[in-house]
Parts: sequence; structure tokens; C-alpha cells
Amino acid sequence: MTTRLDPNLAVILLAAPILWFAPAGFKAYGLYVVSLWLVMSIAAMGLNLTLGYAGLKSLAQAGFIGIGAYTTAILTKTFGVSWPLAFLASGALSFAVGVVLGFPALRVKFHYLAFVTLAFAMFVFLVARNEEWLTGGVYGFSNIPRPVIFGLDLSRALPFYRFVLVVTVVLSLAMWWLLRSPWGRAFLALRENWMRAASLGVDIRTYTLMAFAIGSAWGGFAGALYAPLVEFIDPAPFAISASFVMLLTVVVGGSGFFLGPFVGAFLSFVLPELLRVTGGWYLVVYASVVLVLLVICPTGILGLVERARDRLSQRRAAALRDAARPMLEGSEAR
Amino acid sequence: MDQLIQLLIAGLATGAIYALAAIGFTLVWQTSQTINFAQGEFVMLPAILALAARDLLHLPFWVALIVATAAFLALFGFGFKRFLVDPMLKHGVLPLAIATMALSILMKEGAKDGYSAQAAQFPSMVPEGVVSIVGAAVSLRDIAVFVVAVAAIVALQLFVDRTRLGRTMQATAQNPTVARILGIRVERMILLTFLINAALAALASYLISPIYLAKFSNGEFIGLSAFIAAIVGGFNQVRGALAGGFVVGLVDNLAAAYVSSGYRTAVPLALLVVFILFKPEGLLGRREERTV
Amino acid sequence: MKAFFAAVLLGTATFVVPASAEDTVKLVDVVELSGAGATAGTNWRNGIDLAVAEINAKGGIFGKKIEIVHYDTQTNPGNTRAAVQRAIDEGTYVVLGPVFSGPIGASMQIAQKAGVPQFVGGEAASLTKQGNPYLFRSSLNQADAMPKLANWFRDELKTKSVAVVWVNNDFGKGGRDSMIPELQKRGIAVAADIATESGQADFAADAIKVKNSGADAVFVYLNEEESARFLRAAKQQGIDKPLVGETTLLGAKVIELAGDAANGVKGHVGLSVDAPIAGFKSFSDAFQAKYAYKSDHNGIKGYTSVWAIKTATEKNGSFDREALMKTMHGIRISPKDVPGILIETKWNDVGDVDRESFLAEVKDGKQVITKILPMIAP
Repeated sequence: MTTRLDPNLAVILLAAPILWFAPAGFKAYGLYVVSLWLVMSIAAMGLNLTLGYAGLKSLAQAGFIGIGAYTTAILTKTFGVSWPLAFLASGALSFAVGVVLGFPALRVKFHYLAFVTLAFAMFVFLVARNEEWLTGGVYGFSNIPRPVIFGLDLSRALPFYRFVLVVTVVLSLAMWWLLRSPWGRAFLALRENWMRAASLGVDIRTYTLMAFAIGSAWGGFAGALYAPLVEFIDPAPFAISASFVMLLTVVVGGSGFFLGPFVGAFLSFVLPELLRVTGGWYLVVYASVVLVLLVICPTGILGLVERARDRLSQRRAAALRDAARPMLEGSEAR
Repeated sequence: MDQLIQLLIAGLATGAIYALAAIGFTLVWQTSQTINFAQGEFVMLPAILALAARDLLHLPFWVALIVATAAFLALFGFGFKRFLVDPMLKHGVLPLAIATMALSILMKEGAKDGYSAQAAQFPSMVPEGVVSIVGAAVSLRDIAVFVVAVAAIVALQLFVDRTRLGRTMQATAQNPTVARILGIRVERMILLTFLINAALAALASYLISPIYLAKFSNGEFIGLSAFIAAIVGGFNQVRGALAGGFVVGLVDNLAAAYVSSGYRTAVPLALLVVFILFKPEGLLGRREERTV
Repeated sequence: MKAFFAAVLLGTATFVVPASAEDTVKLVDVVELSGAGATAGTNWRNGIDLAVAEINAKGGIFGKKIEIVHYDTQTNPGNTRAAVQRAIDEGTYVVLGPVFSGPIGASMQIAQKAGVPQFVGGEAASLTKQGNPYLFRSSLNQADAMPKLANWFRDELKTKSVAVVWVNNDFGKGGRDSMIPELQKRGIAVAADIATESGQADFAADAIKVKNSGADAVFVYLNEEESARFLRAAKQQGIDKPLVGETTLLGAKVIELAGDAANGVKGHVGLSVDAPIAGFKSFSDAFQAKYAYKSDHNGIKGYTSVWAIKTATEKNGSFDREALMKTMHGIRISPKDVPGILIETKWNDVGDVDRESFLAEVKDGKQVITKILPMIAP
């Protein structure tokens, strides 16, 4: 048997060099928007694991981005820790908090989980706002440094964008690997039929917690990039409405599809910027587009693509059948 | 002690508002198992539509109210069901819930761009005036909201229990398949609940807006509070909305006075979590069979 | 659908192509047109549009018409940064906005690095403390307004204790943090320190708490609608102590929304369409005629910023950003020469504004100015 290149891996490997070179002509604004797209894709990728693969509805992803962003901001600015360490710390802290938050996930199912995580996201927002000694409170945290890595100064827009791209590719490959490992299959089993999974000996407790915690860690990683990207954070981007947007991002892109988060984040974070040319009503236009997309393809944009592909392959199969029919004439009942 | 009593009474007044907004959640949940994340915007919009009809079409206010109500029922009673819920429901509840999130953005931004970013006064159908109940000041408007919330829930309950149409509606909600076999026109029954939901939202809007002012962003907090009220009270019972509304109203007011004020908004949410973990069916709800 | 794709394509083009036109000067306004700051931002934008229309009708800035573009920040620092970056990429002469301090904090370094002057609507004391020479305010610094009010609490109202009600965002917190030390310095006790939420609708509990706090007076520092809601709740709960505020509490919008409940409210007003100064009156009439509602102080801030830019630019004789920055420091503009500035205004060496301000009271649904306070450093 020949090993075929997995299409998702192929897309990552193909897209990386294109994304490395293509935006070189962009001005700082364009680079900023594309960087933001990648950062939010990472967070959405985490939520996609939690929701799309493990089937746990979480409304806390923006809270984890917040935990990561504040951790990185405080460590790099206040304590002068280097960015890679702060990045790992952000992911680790989000992972740990994710484990703790995962416990209710063991107890409650379905939409109730969404409400518990919603309460958590609100709590993160309130801590960020109220604990001024730690987070700068409502005034925010300004002049967050962009990292210097291996002597490379990343403070300018293009180098920083490429740096974000490298981190995104690394995290995407890690996620890809994870999903193909036995763990990934266990997550899927959890979503499809957890009772059956349990009877087959999948350790539900551990895998539920892990799905939650790893998804959260990706949120923390995204936050670690978000803070130096904007160079300023305050509690507003981590409010509960932002968690709603993250969930919307994953579902619109196609939850459970590996590349769904990238498509979804494009819609949620790049499309509004592109629609600015439509003037004052741009958010109305944006919301209408999302609504129409959801009605046309409730399984997300990639769900639509898959449906089209299925139909195509069915048609091809039908054509093959038709071609084969003369030979089978007589032997088939119909 | 005085302060506590005043807070409790103010809390009941607030709670009646939440209850009125929460009824719709429970109705929509019962018939379509959908969480309508745009419910807050459903309560925000009718008042804005009425003001827009008055100011932009230059109609007398009462005509504007009728026009706004009719438009709202058509768009967000019939239209919401026909063009959003119907095509999406068969794909599960999550895409639909997400669609209502997008709808809430659309309604909010539409109200802002189409009418005004400013808050506006909304004429009250109830005379102004304040009565004192054991030292706490309660306005006639608060009392009107209270009466209407209780009346709406009692009427709905009577409708469901005592009338043929109501019983049919209930049967449809509980088991649409069986209802269909029994010859009930299920579609029509579901449409009826969506129209009732829209009508109640419009009523809530006209009663609440004179107190809270009409503004495009009002749906955010009304939606969240009503949402918590519905869960605490019990999602699958209309009367749960009333109990939940009062509990959340009381908790809100007490938290504002006695909890470190930066964290006051966390208190109702903490209550929500406690209920979900220990009493997920809510105060008055029925325990639901959990599907596997 | 075709139009939609065309719009998206056009949008993508803005990532790459700089916009330029020779016979106009481009000003980009980056402001809160949605999210929590939408009300303030809309006023600011309308004020700017009014000024631009007037200036263009009179031939622009030495012959060049102003081309104004507004970008929404959604009251989110990340989006603000994107929009300011875009404004700079497009070659804006000046960045106007934002109004909320958080978004200003997220964008001011970008404008500074690019050497683009930025006129903001923020009042938080911290903004001009960071040594950014390109940043200019359009209204008084909170820290300058509070001592005036604290004096007034002590001397006129003879207050012994004050309940402070503030909104928990950068505006409200900034005001509270500047006010409380000023009160304490003057021996006035803080009887209650009550934080409220931005967008809060129900103020019954807060009013009950204030009522039972035993304070002689109440200092209310909230955004417009919340001020109106609080005043109504205070009236309902029968609070009979003086309600004192700063600018927003006595704003036209608050008085309109609160109705009777606003009567008797007192306070300090930085910019007000009701001030007994001819300029404000004509601005207010023009604004009302164009937008069919009464401007608040944010409308005046946006309006006067554009006129200040025009004045300083014409003084320089060129559209040089650095020269504009230098000229603005220490400039003094009088309505005698430039009616659009409305009131004599000075910008000091850190970008703070100095103006006369007012003590006012609401009587029969109207703001009445009771005293004009002098400039801090005339």
C-alpha cells in the first residue's frame, strides 16, 4: 500500500511558503490583519479540538486567550522573562486552568457545559478588570515588548508576521499529529458516542479533561502571541462576547474539520476589515453574511466543501456504475 | 435592616423584568430545544422599531406601536421560525444557537445604524408615580411590569392546561412525532409558540424601555439576566421563568449592595453554576431524560 | 453577491495600495462607532463631520479640501490598533480619535512611531503622562477638573462626607482615582465608594446604598445613559442630598433622558453646548440642524479638534506633521480669530488642554451656568 499524503498536511505544507512570501508587499496594516488572523486561528484550532473533535461546547476560549495574553505581558514586561519561556508558561497555565475547568465537564453535558464555561469567561474578565495591581485593570497594560529571538529583532511588522506564521505552522503540525495519534481517535470516539467509547475501555475522564485542557492551552498560546502583536491589552477583548465570537468562528468555519478554524477566523477577523469599504453599515453586512452562510451550510464552510466533494465522488461512482452496468446486465436485479 | 427590606423589594421589581424577558427563552426551548442567544435583542428591538416608526415615518405614537408590533411579529415571529429555525433545526442545535448569535449582532448593529447610537426616552403606557412599600420606593411602572409578568405566565399556564389549543401545543412540544401521528398540525403549533414568543418580547420591550430607556445595546444585559433566570427557574417550564426572574433579581440587588462592587456581576453567574452542578432542572423544572 | 465580492476585493486592495490624492488632505478618524463607546464615538464623529463640512465650504485648509474617513474600533484595542495602522498606511495627515482611553493606549505608540499627530477625546490622566509628544487632548484632563470640584464641595456645599458612584471603565475609574485623594486632602470623608457596570440598567440597589450611607452629597461619575438612569433611581428612592457631577452628569442628553430627575443636579462642566458663550450656541444650532439632536461634549471635542488642526496647519503654511506637532505645543487659539474653536483654548507642552470651565446647575430641565472658572495657567 502506498502512503498518500494527508490532504490537511498537504495544505499546511503548501500554504506555509505561500504565506511566508505573499504578504511581503503588504503595508503594516495588512500585515497586522493577517497576523491577527493567524493568532485567532490558533485559538480557534484549540476550540475546534474541544468542540469539533471532542464535542464539548465551551464558551471560555476568549478567557484562555486572556490568560495567555496577560501571562505573557506580565512575564515579559514586568519580570523581563524571555518570550519563549513566557509562551510556554502561558500555554501551561491555560492547560492547568483547563484541567480544573474540565472537571465540571465531567459532570455536566451538552449546553449546560457552555453555561459553566461562560461563567468562567466572565470571571477571567472581572479579574483582569478588577485586580489592577496585577493586570493594570481598566487602564490596561501598555508597551508590551515584541520579542527578540536568536538575535532577530521582531519589532517590525513583517518579521513579526513571519514569526507568528512559524509559530502557527508549528502548532498546526502539533495539532495534526495529535489528531492522528490514538488520542485523536479517542477524542473522536468521545464525540460520536461516549457511552460506547466507555464500554470499549476509553478512559472518558482523562480524555475529556485532556480535550479541554489541550484546547485551552492553544488558547493560551494564541494569547502569548496576541499581547506582543497588539503591544497593549486591556480586558475588553476577553469579554464574554469575544468567547461567543470564538465559538461562532469554529462553527462557521466547519467544526471538526482540521482547516475549519482558519476559514472561520478569516470570516470573523479579516472579513470585517475587508468590509470596511462598505461604510458605516459594515457590521450589519458582516452579520448578514455570517447568517446566510450558516443557513446555507449549517455544518460550516468546510462542511459545504465536503458535501460538494461527496456529491462529486458519488456522481463519479455513479458514472462508473453506469459504465459497468452493461457488463452486469442480467446479473443485477434492478 | 431597612436597607435589606428596600433591597428585597427593589429586587422583586427587577426580577419581574427579568421574568418577563425569560418567558420567551423557555417557550422557544420547549418547542425547538433551541437556545435563542438573541432573546435580549428580541426585547430590545420592538421599542426601537416603534421609535423609528414614530420619528422616521412621522406616525402618531400609538400607530407606530401597532406598526412596530406587526413588523416585529412578521419578522421575528414568523420570519425567525420560517427562515432560520426551520432550515437549520435538522442540523442539530449548535449551528442554530450560533446563528442566533449572529442574529443578535445583526439586530444590535441594525438598530444602531438604522435608528440611533444614543439612548432614547420611550413613552410610558403607565402613569408616573411612586408608592412606598415598607420604606422602599416602587414606581407604578415597576408594579405594571410585575403584574404583567405574573399575568402573562398565569395566562400561558391556563392556556396550556385548560384550552384545547394549548394542550395541543403542549403535546407538540413534548413529542412532535406522536403529535403528528395523532393528526396535529405540528408546524402550525410550533409557529404559534414563536408568535407568542415575539408578542411577549414586544410587550416586555414596551414595558421595560420606559424604565431602562431604549437603546440598541440593552439586549446584552437583559439577555444574560433573562438567560440565567430561565436556567435557575427551570428551562422546560414557563412558570420557572417567573421564579428564576425573582431569584436573579434579588441576587442582583443584594450583590450590588453587599458584594465587593467590582465582582457584583459574577454573583448571578455563580448562582447559575451552582444550579447547573447541583440542580440542573432548575427550581420548578422537570427533570429531563438525558439522551445519550 | 457580486457586489459583495467586489467589496471584498476592494477591501483586499487596501492591504497593499496606498491611497493618495493631490488636491485634498486626508484625515482619518478612528473612533468607537460600535461596542461600549458607540454613543460617545458617534457624537465625536458627527462633530468632526460638521467641522469638515464647514471648513470645506470655506475652501478647506489653504485651498486643499479635507477628505475625512471614519474607521470603527468596536471599542476594542486590537481593532483600534488595526485601524490606526491603516490610517497611517493610507497617509493620513493626523489621526483623530479614539475617545476611550483603552483604545487610545493601544494606538498611541503606533502614531508616535510613525510621527503622526493624534487628537484624542480621552480624559484619563495617564495619557499625557507618557511623554508622547504627538498626542493631543481635546478636553480637560480629569486630574485638572477634580481639584476644582473638590474645592467646591468644601467651600460651597460645606460637605463633610461624600458618596462616590462611578462607572467601572477607564473613564469612571480614572475620575474616581483622581477625585478620592482630592476629597481626602480636604478632610472630606468618603461615605460610600460604589462601582457600577458600564451599560448597567438598574440602579435601584446603588441608589438605596447611597441613601443609607449617610453622605451629605453624592458625586456621580457615569457615562450619559447611566447617569440618566441613576438620576431616575435616585429620585425614585427619594435621595434629597445634592447630586454633583462632572460634565457628563449635566449634559444635554442626560437632562433629556432623566427628565424631572435631573433638576437640582450641580457640578463642573468642561465643555457644554449650554455655556453662555456665543460660539457654543452657534455650534449647537448647526449640530442640531444637521443631526436633529443636541450634541454632547464629545461632539464639541471632535469639532474643535478639526478647527485646531486647520489653524495650526495654516500657521505653518504646510502639511508637515512634525511642524504641526511642534506648533500645537503651546498654541493658543481664540474664537476671535477662529470662531470654530468656540472658546479660548491653549495646548501645553505635554498636549493637555487648558480652557475656562463652568460651574452649573440644572433648573427646570435646563443647564444654567452659575460661575465661570478661569483657566489653570492663563
